[in-house]
Amino acid sequence: MTARPNIDMSLKQWTAVCAVEDIVPNSGVCALVGGQQVAVFRTDDDRVYALANHDPFSNANVLSRGIVGDIKGELVVASPVYKQHFSLATGQCIEDEAVKVTSFAARVSNGIVEVEA
Amino acid sequence: MKTQKIVVIGNGMVGQRFLEQLTSRLSIEAIDVTVFCEEPRAAYDRVQLTSFFAGKSAMDLSVVPERFFEEKAITLRLNDPVIAIDRERKTVRSARYREVPYDKLVLATGSYPFVPPIPGHNRRGCYVYRSIEDLEVIRAAAKKARIGTVVGGGLLGLEAAKALKDLGLETHVVEFAPRLMAVQLDEAGGKLLQRKIEALGVTVHTAKSTREIINGEVQAHRMVFADGTALETDIIVYSAGIRPHDALARAAKLAVGERGGITIDEFCRTSDPDIYAVGECALWNGRIFGLVAPGYQMAEVAARHVAGETDSRFAGADMSTKLKLMGIDVASLGDALDKTPGALNYLYTDPVQGIYKKLTVSNDGKQLLGAILVGDASEYNGLLQMMLNAIPLPEHPEDLILPAREGGAKGLGVDMLPAAALICSCNSVSKGAICDAVMAGCTTIGGLKKETKAGSTCGGCVPMVKQILDAELRKQGIEVKNHLCEHFPHTRQELFHLTRIGGLKTFDDIITKHGQGRGCDICKPAVASILASCWNEYVLKPKHAPLQDTNDRFLANMQKDGTYSIVPRVPGGEILPEKLIVLGAVAKKYGLYTKITGAQRIDLFGARVEQLPLIWRELVDAGFESGHAYGKALRTVKSCVGSTWCRYGVQDSVGMAIKLENRYRGLRSPHKLKMGVSGCTRECAEAQGKDVGIIATEKGWNLYVCGNGGIKPRHADLLATGIDDATLVQYIDRFLMFYIRTGDRLQRTSTWLDNLEGGIDYVKKVVCEDSLGIGAELEADMQKLVDTYECEWKKAINDPESLKRFRHFVNSDQPDQNVVFVAERGQIRPARADEKETEEVTA
Repeated sequence: MTARPNIDMSLKQWTAVCAVEDIVPNSGVCALVGGQQVAVFRTDDDRVYALANHDPFSNANVLSRGIVGDIKGELVVASPVYKQHFSLATGQCIEDEAVKVTSFAARVSNGIVEVEA
Repeated sequence: MKTQKIVVIGNGMVGQRFLEQLTSRLSIEAIDVTVFCEEPRAAYDRVQLTSFFAGKSAMDLSVVPERFFEEKAITLRLNDPVIAIDRERKTVRSARYREVPYDKLVLATGSYPFVPPIPGHNRRGCYVYRSIEDLEVIRAAAKKARIGTVVGGGLLGLEAAKALKDLGLETHVVEFAPRLMAVQLDEAGGKLLQRKIEALGVTVHTAKSTREIINGEVQAHRMVFADGTALETDIIVYSAGIRPHDALARAAKLAVGERGGITIDEFCRTSDPDIYAVGECALWNGRIFGLVAPGYQMAEVAARHVAGETDSRFAGADMSTKLKLMGIDVASLGDALDKTPGALNYLYTDPVQGIYKKLTVSNDGKQLLGAILVGDASEYNGLLQMMLNAIPLPEHPEDLILPAREGGAKGLGVDMLPAAALICSCNSVSKGAICDAVMAGCTTIGGLKKETKAGSTCGGCVPMVKQILDAELRKQGIEVKNHLCEHFPHTRQELFHLTRIGGLKTFDDIITKHGQGRGCDICKPAVASILASCWNEYVLKPKHAPLQDTNDRFLANMQKDGTYSIVPRVPGGEILPEKLIVLGAVAKKYGLYTKITGAQRIDLFGARVEQLPLIWRELVDAGFESGHAYGKALRTVKSCVGSTWCRYGVQDSVGMAIKLENRYRGLRSPHKLKMGVSGCTRECAEAQGKDVGIIATEKGWNLYVCGNGGIKPRHADLLATGIDDATLVQYIDRFLMFYIRTGDRLQRTSTWLDNLEGGIDYVKKVVCEDSLGIGAELEADMQKLVDTYECEWKKAINDPESLKRFRHFVNSDQPDQNVVFVAERGQIRPARADEKETEEVTA
């Protein structure tokens, strides 16, 4: 796998992406935030998490379509292609220490999901 | 620590084992190992040499782990025999390289075939049977020959005879002794073996001493025997025993036996303490051990000694052996020829089946000393363990070899064996080592073979390894292994039951009542499948949608680039021309790649997520429905054209296939389900490779179950014969529901059956005889599912809530820029990374 360049995050800002109801609890959607594909997940306690939508193992933009669950208490999404798990909080791949997808700050504000990117 | 220079001469099975034992004890920094090998390839499995003729390649026979020499930093010199040992200067000299010095030298030179020194023995067309090269020469020669003769009716000789037979030659075996396998079998055993081998078309000549070999009158050679008779043949293969390869040792003035063999002590040291000898070249206590297992033991002892251990000693080895000769089981254990004074015998013969069994027991009738088994050697492992571990004979020792009677427990339970019992003699693996590996998490035969090496050489002990595995798993409580995942301490079967009986309708209900945590990508789809099998609710209901695997979630099959493929149902593979045109038109309109599947349907590839509902709309309007290619569900019922058109068909297989596909369409199960219906026994629908296969006969339908193709093909088992339409549907209803209730997650019917106690007979009882009294219930459950079927595509395109999710971005109508196609053979395919634009469009 090729190393992915770090994107300069110096000019971060909050972007509204959708209403919280637009995301079925315990699943994800993909949002376009400043030209980037961001997978946004909602858990059943209405917390939201945001990761890069790009699955580094398949190189397809599909993480938002993975199953949300937990592994030993850690919230994760499973890639729908080859089933590796990524921490919703940090983007760390559970199966491969060396792989991590970008994670973004996300929040719900007045019923609107916002992502910082 | 100073680096030890170690030279090994010979890279056969035993030489290789020495290297593995040595490098597992000493780091690559501590030793500098050079291996000389006369043959052009590294160690291979000589025991399985005959399988080279049965299609195995030299690669298949290799016993060297991948990258072994690189990783262990061992210098391997192939094609380079050592020609001299200089013990004074402690060096060896090889044919192609200069001298290599050693601190320790190991001779693993093996043996060579004994060729009787009769006049004419080295004529053209006379061969030995020892290496892959020998076999290649024999194979080439066999092309021009009609008759082949093996000199030697021992173990190897019969192997060689099988090889000649496989090469299509008229095969003869000439044996000096009055019977075959004279070392291992008594007269009755040897005679029976001869009869069986002759029945297979090999002519056996016993008590024949060859006087000379001269020009033949019809064939190439004429073997003239001492009794005046003669045999004409084109090829002669000598397999009359082995002789230790000890020439190097003799030249170096190491002590050797009177009749050959390098003398070794209990540490496998020769008369020079810095030189070891292992395997068939070594002579211990006046004996040569011509089997691989004792060689492996020597290899380990020598490796330990080189590594500085002195508590491991070679103390002789058991020469019991079991093999299959041309499909005939033969085994010889311990004192098979009653050499112990006062030994007594138990005998069993079945002249009709061709079975001979003999036990040799001690004079007091308490201990098993040896045995011979011909025709059926299934008791070998049990008897061997009993003998080696000195387990007292049962009250009726004859029961050990008599055919099992109804209800009578036979043989020896593995639980009776001590931990020290040697289970795999090839690789010296004890019962204790196997138990330890199971304890450490090895739960499959494959895993155990890799971990312990048990059963990985001759494979004879595998049934016993399996028994130990099963017994250990039972002791541990097998449910540990069958828990669905960390969220549910239940098997799928238990969870199905709890869901059905408890009337539980959602994942939340089930995990709250019977599990813990939030669930994961293992248990969520499994529970979704259980819910669908129990209640058949729409899988994209908001409560169910997040449980589905991505294919079920989007009712299509995700491909490597994140696009989907679409497979409409074509029941029985029968399709109207108008509908074919629609498929073509839709594919053209959306630019989809089209391919005919193996299941008699058409797959449309390359649909982006936002295109799926649009495409479904057009398909549904044209009368198509979902083919459930995305689900762990009934996929298709394949059929041949049947009696309506085919000259040979005896029933309407297409009509039955359509009927069945429409009955079971959408049925969710532990794994995918495939069915097939053939209109006659020519079986053009390949029904016996399906989960449910139906073959028409003049007397009705024959129903087969639990077949499989794919990675592990399995021929289906016959469940019922000559049944009518109604009975067929009744049996399939019961069979499928029984599997759905009891199968494990992602367990196909074939593995389900292989793991089901009682196997196909049990399934027959449940399905055909209703032995559990649940037949009506299973049928009613199935009928409910049939009655509540709905096309999921139709449901989705008419449900605004579902439709919301069929877009790539929640906040934009743009498609995924990363999906790029290129053209190939006139259609699209996903672009490779190097074909995409250089700038990455992804986050």
